[in-house]
Amino acid sequence: MTRFIIWRLALMIPTLLLISIISFVVIQLPPGDIVTSTLDELLADGMEASEEQIAALRAMYHLDAPMPVRYLRWLGGMLRGDFGYSVQHQQPVSELIGERIALTVVVALSSLLLTWALALPTGILTAVKQYSPLDYAATVLAMLGMAVPNFMLALLVMWGAFTWFGVSIGGLFSPAYVDAPWSVARVLDLLKHLWVPMVVLGVGGTAGMVRIMRANLLDELRKPYVTTARAKGMRYWRVVLKYPVRIAVNPFISGIGVVLPMLFSGDAIVGVVLGLPTTGPLLLDALMNQDMYLAGSFIMILSALSVLGVLISDVALAMLDPRIRYD
Amino acid sequence: MNRTADEITARNPDAAASGGARADDDSVLTVENLEVRFDTEEGELSAVDDVSFAMRRGRILAIVGESGCGKSVTSYAILRLIQKPGRITGGTITFRPRGRPPVAITDLAENAEALRRLRGGDISMIFQEPMTALSPVHTVGNQIVEAILLHQDVSQADARARTVEMLGKVGIPAPERRIDQYPFEMSGGMRQRVVIAMALVCNPEILIADEPTTALDVTIQAQVMGLMKSLQRDLDTSVLLITHDLGVVAQLADDVCVMYLGRIVEQGTVRQVIHTPRHPYTIALLKSLPSLALKKARLPSIAGSVPALSARPPGCPFHPRCPHARHGVCDVGNPPPSEHLGAGHYAACLRVEEVARSEGRMPDVECRMPNAGTAKDNS
Ligand SMILES: Nc1ncnc2c1ncn2[C@@H]1O[C@H](COP(=O)(O)OP(=O)(O)O)[C@@H](O)[C@H]1O
Ligand code: SF4
Ligand SMILES: [Mg+2]
Repeated sequence: MTRFIIWRLALMIPTLLLISIISFVVIQLPPGDIVTSTLDELLADGMEASEEQIAALRAMYHLDAPMPVRYLRWLGGMLRGDFGYSVQHQQPVSELIGERIALTVVVALSSLLLTWALALPTGILTAVKQYSPLDYAATVLAMLGMAVPNFMLALLVMWGAFTWFGVSIGGLFSPAYVDAPWSVARVLDLLKHLWVPMVVLGVGGTAGMVRIMRANLLDELRKPYVTTARAKGMRYWRVVLKYPVRIAVNPFISGIGVVLPMLFSGDAIVGVVLGLPTTGPLLLDALMNQDMYLAGSFIMILSALSVLGVLISDVALAMLDPRIRYD
Repeated sequence: MNRTADEITARNPDAAASGGARADDDSVLTVENLEVRFDTEEGELSAVDDVSFAMRRGRILAIVGESGCGKSVTSYAILRLIQKPGRITGGTITFRPRGRPPVAITDLAENAEALRRLRGGDISMIFQEPMTALSPVHTVGNQIVEAILLHQDVSQADARARTVEMLGKVGIPAPERRIDQYPFEMSGGMRQRVVIAMALVCNPEILIADEPTTALDVTIQAQVMGLMKSLQRDLDTSVLLITHDLGVVAQLADDVCVMYLGRIVEQGTVRQVIHTPRHPYTIALLKSLPSLALKKARLPSIAGSVPALSARPPGCPFHPRCPHARHGVCDVGNPPPSEHLGAGHYAACLRVEEVARSEGRMPDVECRMPNAGTAKDNS
């Protein structure tokens, strides 16, 4: 097991390097660079910069060094926590995204936990009680859940909260706490708001997960080892929980690996609708405004987190299934 | 036909006296008029129909027949393991443990504690597929220890010691190391030994083995069969052996039931059924044995194939394939009743006398099992 983990950690290094190269290429992709865009902005404000100023700027950003050197500088900067500078926000990228990434992880993990809490028992029940009224009801709900896009669900929840409770629940904080420093009160305020994205994202993911769990478990329930266990004299539910569920649960574990990327890309729209200070909306914004250092660093950090998620899920899978760790 | 096993013995005292596969005082398990149906798209189909037999204590009773004739369903029914869309729709199954009152298994509730104690405790089962009969993600030790703890009030450590001992008994080398292995680290033969160990670890009175060697290599088949026979003798277990191989029956069993399309067509002792078969189906099965076929330098197989349950022929279910079938006799009415031919030998054929006259005596079935009692295969 230890060897497996070390091996997987070692594999992360080339993966991350590859991602960093791609991110860097993304940063370099648009015509012009940070100096030309700064100049453009100065021009737009009716100001001009002298040749010397421009040269100083170029030197400051090492823009005249060859590409590999600039890549290595960028990489080195990131290792020290320096992710470059956002032209659009006139702020270091690290300051801009630190909290957002933390909040994104919180939102992602809490909605994943909710998905598990809902989908695991529902999936097990619908498989064990196949073709029962409960199974049919869950199937209809799951189809609805899959047909309704998450942003629709987000709008519905907001509308519902507004009409029934008279509260506007966009964002993760009340206005008073948006820019406040972290405190117990701010955490409580976060928890008060967290349930909306948690429900929207968690419920959205539940429908698919229930179907997967049901199908997997139905497959496993038919396997001979289930009959063997029943023939041993185990109670039916103990059999179900110890043997087939243990194997059918794999997609839930793999879910750890995909939930972050899912939240960063597909659910950006949900983030926008809900006004979440998470990464999705900011990344979207950065890409639209060609704020390339911001976008590139973002992609880099999020990818690294995703790789970490996959690592965690792989280790968990290996702990659950000896066939994986003995390969 | 709706006789109970007791009535049968009452009317045929010689059946009780000379053994065979019908009930008497020495029975450890009796099955009477068992019927199992499956709810399918083609309607309700009887997979097992009016099946009656008794297992003699300490003996091996074989159920033999082509694939699909209802052997597995019969054996699953004994432990009430039939799953939807199937269910037991009639008959009684009675377990007669030593020194305890009989248990009517068919009367127990699905979730009865008594049924749970029976399973794996008094009656245990070995399945056909050693590759999939064990959980792939638990060690073999975990799975065997669990079986012990379910039925015996012992500590984890004692259960583990008992498991190691049992693994050794079934011929697994280095059992104290193997106990912590996963099934995928073992060969098919080793896994089947593990399954046998798990089935016997609680000292059951009855062992049901559903084609325990069909999925194994021929040499390993012989080893595992030999192992089962010697364990059965040592532990004084009564065995219900499901097989499609009359050669194995001749080698191992004491009594035989021959099944065709969910019904028992012939039953008796091995001597009776193998050496003086009376039902055309049994005769056809014996003639298609490789050892006999070779002697005759041709390969007769039974004409035609087993019909689907949904197309069960009227009259005698075997008539479309039977060389002795008589139009207007064999293909009308109900299936022929099981007739007592004497000394506990039964056959369900309307033309037993004519068949006996035209077939004569069967040549002896060769015993083709090498002596493999404790031989070991390596994984
Ligand atoms: N789950 C099931 N659904 C429908 N029919 C079944 C099912 N299981 C068994 N049967 C029917 O029962 C018959 C007997 O099956 P089985 O006892 O497994 O035969 P075998 O003698 O080969 O062990 C089969 O022909 C099949 O049609
Ligand atoms: S009853 Fe007729 S068809 Fe059936 S086995 Fe006897 S002879 Fe053959
Ligand atoms: Mg079978």
